Amino acid sequence: MPTVTLNKTVFEELVGKTLPLDELKDRISMLGTDLEGIEGDEIEVEIFPNRPDLLSEQGFARAFSSFIGVKTGLRKYDVKKSGETVIVDASVKEVRPYTVCAIVRDMQFDDEKIREIIQVQEKLHTTFCRNRKKSAIGIYPLDKITLPIHFKALPPNEITFQPLESDKEMSGMEILQDHPKGKDFASLLEGKSKWAIFTDVNNEILSLTPIINSHKTGKVNESTKDVFIEFSGFDLTHLKVGLNILTTVFADMGGKIESMDVVYENETITTPNLEPTKKKLDLAYVNKMLGLELSEQEAVELLAKMGFGYENGNVLIPAYRNDILHQADFVEDIAIAYGYENFEEEIPNVATIGKEAPLEIFSRKIREILIGLQLLETKNYHLITKEELNERMNDETDVIPLQNALGEHNHLRNAILPSLLKTLSLNQHHEYPQNLFEIGRTFRPGDSETGVLETEKLAMVTCHATTDFTQMRQLFGSLMQSLGLHVTVKECDHPSYIRGRVGNVYVNDTKIGIIGEMSPSVLENWGLVVPVVAMELNLEMLFELCS
Amino acid sequence: MNMHDLIAKLHPLEREVIPHLALQTLHEITKSAGMKDIEVIRAFQWLENKNVLSIITEKVTLISLDKNGKLYKEHGLPEKIFLSVLSNEFKGLNVITKKSKLSREEVNACIGLLKRQNAIETQKGEFLEVKITKEGTTLLEQTSPEESFLQQDFPINENDVDKSVLKTLSKRKDIIKLEERKNISITLTELGEQLIKEDLGGPVVNRLTSRMLKDGSWKDATFRAYDVEINVPSINRGKTHFVNQAVEYIKRIWLDMGFHEMTGNYVHSAFWDLDVLFVPQDHPAREMQDTYYLHGKAKLPSFWQDIKAVHETGGDTGSTGWGGSYSKDEASKVMLRTHTTVLSAETIRKLKKEDLPAKFFAVNKVFRNEALDWKHLFEFYQVEGIVVDPNANLKHLKGYLTQFYRKMGYSKVRMRPAHFPYTEPSLEVDVYHPVKKQWIELGGAGIFRPEVVKPLLGFDCPVLAWGQGMGRIISEYWKINDIRDLYRNDVKQMREMKQYMR
Repeated sequence: MPTVTLNKTVFEELVGKTLPLDELKDRISMLGTDLEGIEGDEIEVEIFPNRPDLLSEQGFARAFSSFIGVKTGLRKYDVKKSGETVIVDASVKEVRPYTVCAIVRDMQFDDEKIREIIQVQEKLHTTFCRNRKKSAIGIYPLDKITLPIHFKALPPNEITFQPLESDKEMSGMEILQDHPKGKDFASLLEGKSKWAIFTDVNNEILSLTPIINSHKTGKVNESTKDVFIEFSGFDLTHLKVGLNILTTVFADMGGKIESMDVVYENETITTPNLEPTKKKLDLAYVNKMLGLELSEQEAVELLAKMGFGYENGNVLIPAYRNDILHQADFVEDIAIAYGYENFEEEIPNVATIGKEAPLEIFSRKIREILIGLQLLETKNYHLITKEELNERMNDETDVIPLQNALGEHNHLRNAILPSLLKTLSLNQHHEYPQNLFEIGRTFRPGDSETGVLETEKLAMVTCHATTDFTQMRQLFGSLMQSLGLHVTVKECDHPSYIRGRVGNVYVNDTKIGIIGEMSPSVLENWGLVVPVVAMELNLEMLFELCS
Repeated sequence: MNMHDLIAKLHPLEREVIPHLALQTLHEITKSAGMKDIEVIRAFQWLENKNVLSIITEKVTLISLDKNGKLYKEHGLPEKIFLSVLSNEFKGLNVITKKSKLSREEVNACIGLLKRQNAIETQKGEFLEVKITKEGTTLLEQTSPEESFLQQDFPINENDVDKSVLKTLSKRKDIIKLEERKNISITLTELGEQLIKEDLGGPVVNRLTSRMLKDGSWKDATFRAYDVEINVPSINRGKTHFVNQAVEYIKRIWLDMGFHEMTGNYVHSAFWDLDVLFVPQDHPAREMQDTYYLHGKAKLPSFWQDIKAVHETGGDTGSTGWGGSYSKDEASKVMLRTHTTVLSAETIRKLKKEDLPAKFFAVNKVFRNEALDWKHLFEFYQVEGIVVDPNANLKHLKGYLTQFYRKMGYSKVRMRPAHFPYTEPSLEVDVYHPVKKQWIELGGAGIFRPEVVKPLLGFDCPVLAWGQGMGRIISEYWKINDIRDLYRNDVKQMREMKQYMR
């Protein structure tokens, strides 16, 4: 999850109060953010993805100041109409259909403010904008641009400009191939016949979105006073919230927000709109979910601590919040304002009857029996390699691969026995006999919702110098006797076992497993130099036979 | 220990060997006591532990006679036999060979050897002819150094023989052989010197036998006293894997609190694992690097369109939904479950109004696409629980979890705000570690969103939910630092591990 680094001095000034360190730490945690650490003048905070409005000093301080009761309630942001336009060309429809834009004036940029702006832009890009896949942000010095702005899409070979961090003009293709940012995000434009750009009235390219701004018109510095801001992407509602989050940060830095008219083929929209939205508060629901008896007044005070306003039974939701989908979201914010630490623990006096899963009970009984037979239980991963399932077992059964495993374990096991042989091969320096068992899940392709069938199985091995078929047959016999089942073994052929020393195991007429002495070639495959006798059973079938 | 106790605790083998200890070497003592080497050595070791003697082990090279050596010792050296059948007259070699009963090879060797010593003269006739010289006659009468060498009692320490003779004999075929051997001897301590003068008394009984009990002979027997303070080798019992011991206990806690166990598949569609839990389809956690995907597409249950509506517009849940458009393709991806919360979703789907209130739990494996290292596993346990109760609230959630952690040995539980797409409120659960004096983060919890509950259950109802990790608690209990040790299946580690005692 993303973290933001806050400058403590800036933060405290914005909050309007300095708290002792311990209290600061505690309050940050209890606001619904995770404090990573405070070092010198830097506070590092982890922000949950439902609150992109906290990804800046300004946004975080705004919420924090309300939370600790300094400046509570809805913040009002003035938006002046600039009357300036952004003209959206029909060519973007297929490529990048939407943009929303704003102008912010009277900014006083210095190194610190530029750092803050870069941070919020970068944090929004990675989280809210889903690594620019969903949307992207552009910020430009207004004095380098001649309005109005055009948003259009061109074939890549018609795009040439000098991008940021480059000392020469580059073609669109060159940017994607050679420019560091171009390389990072090239995949987002893959296969598109046209790319979206912003230009000014003189056809000067401002940026190739979502990749990079122009060096000439897209670089904010200390002399910049007014900025042009655009958010572009695929989902208009999402873009509007994004722009609101960003412009309110500028406003909290002292800027004055002006709206722009974004002219689409069939309609013109004016952005940003920082008027709060309204949603009715269902106080009974809130009280029921929290086990509280808050009065309306108390609830309104708690909402104010979370930055909400209230008017005639309606909650006024700040324009930069996009996480209020349902009453349930008021429940959480009221709970946070109330303080999670202030909820008393309570166990209701309601009787329900505990019940263990029947197969789990059965597995537990099997474990008890096998422990009585002095077997040691192992617990291996369900993921293993194909080589271990097939080649080493002299077995060619189809096994299920994973698409994208990071580690070497990239198949689902279809049997437990390979896991046990692996365990034996890794334990050769320890004392023998090593008689082991494992109960666990196995997987095979089959007809189901997912195309995978899952079965609980039991496997046992005996491994020492003088072990033989008889020993395993005795252990198995004892297990079956304990379960009150009569079994028969019928000789069979299996490439993992020695011929003439392997058989299928039947209860009545149901085949439930296999027993036999492991073939020396399998032992050699595992690097084992001590004989092994094995058996593997379908635990679920056995369970059914017992019940 | 006084002399009386010492004598009382002597093992029969010790008793047997003690009268012969003055002989000092293993060889002598074994011979004199008429015991086996291994018995005497064991007795030495026990007596050394009792400070009766110290064992001295030195490596020596021992000489013993080989095949020919043994033969020559009995019948004489071939050159002597050869000389004894010669006379002052030249005799044909065939006659000599026949008379001496030596092999052709030996005869040739003798001629070479004896000629160098001027003991014989040869001349060439039709055959080679040989006669004895004066030096030869003298040689025949004297006992040669080689002959006296062979007459010794073997094996002999290499250091105790004439080196030059040893060298000549070593060059000849199969006469002697050398072997490395440990020479064991003992020196008696002061206590030992005293002990061998003591009267050890009559025979003692080592093991009480059935026969003694039947015929009553135990009545006159003196039982050897054991050294009961001594350590004995450990034995290996069968046991459950230690992680399962802890799992059993955790399950027991929830069962005791009236929870019903949930089980289910490890492989699921993204629909069940994520979509029904209202995880947005573009949520970062769904990216390839966090989740194991399988090939193929899953079939979706018939109510998938309800879930689509909830994601896009909120459906009939009173929510606005996430907006955007819901992809059936994304929902059909097949994956290893990322949380046991998928079991809770399946369970809620099957519930009816008359089943409520109902409580469920699972303690089972979930998967996260990670490369293994000391603090990351790609499969691990999650402790899952839901309370589906029309009257449930946040205080109850705190109550259930506090009760659980109290039984796990943590008396202080704290809850902090957190975020999960499927719960609102969401909270992070910390327990206070009394020794480390810090809060440990153990997992998430919350109340399921109406967007989750309503489509599954058919109506909205508070559902308290949690998914807690247990790896840290287990590792803590067994003092495991490298989390891979939980599933290393090291036979020695598992055998020696203490039982989970909760």
